Amino acid sequence: MTATRTLVIEKELPHPPEKIWRALTQGALLKEWLMDNDFQPIVGHKFSFRAAPNPNWSGVIESQVLVVEPNTTLSYSWGAVGLGTVVVWTLVATGGGTLLRMEQSGFGPDQGRNYGGARIGWQRFLTNLEQLLARTQ
Amino acid sequence: MQTSPDLLFKSLADPTRRAIYERLCRNGEQTVWMLTDDTDISQPAVSKHLRILKHSGLVRDRRDGRETHYSAEPKSLAPLIDWMSLYAAFWREKFDRLEDLLKRMDQ
Repeated sequence: MTATRTLVIEKELPHPPEKIWRALTQGALLKEWLMDNDFQPIVGHKFSFRAAPNPNWSGVIESQVLVVEPNTTLSYSWGAVGLGTVVVWTLVATGGGTLLRMEQSGFGPDQGRNYGGARIGWQRFLTNLEQLLARTQ
Repeated sequence: MQTSPDLLFKSLADPTRRAIYERLCRNGEQTVWMLTDDTDISQPAVSKHLRILKHSGLVRDRRDGRETHYSAEPKSLAPLIDWMSLYAAFWREKFDRLEDLLKRMDQ
């Protein structure tokens, strides 16, 4: 189960990195294929992605830009329903285009309330969960 | 009990509820008083969290006289285990849309 905590999707695209970079970092283009957003390619910029809400989810993903290396690496946090992950985009020029890689990983600590003095983050929770399921299955 | 993933995530999105649930997993069956003991959370608040956990199928209860005993239902966690595979489908669809957009964009 540990492997499922990092999600990797990789695809070679017949387009130069510069063009893909624009699709990843220009708000209007980003909206076309991902979600409505107020993204800016500035490290530290806090923004949100907005999808159509449903009765169980506000549709809002809270994010912050972590890494901006033009045409090479883009990273932002991705927080929804108390679950904090990090998304990293990597662009590698190949002969005919670009190898685009998306990696979503990590369950960061919550900024949540305490219970009995202990802060229960998702990471610890999932680690304990793995142990629990290993015992019950 | 069949749990909807949305209900499950909503239920576990709260760190206090995760902590209560974890405590039930670790210590086995507990009463609301045992769960309130040595915390700064009121008994009505713990009861409310337990109701939500029970509603989402994560916790089951057992009446014994005037006391209700709560315990964890680990089988209900299955949707959480599927969480990453759901996200994989999400990103694959977005990759397809990105490819469509790239075809339409100027160099």
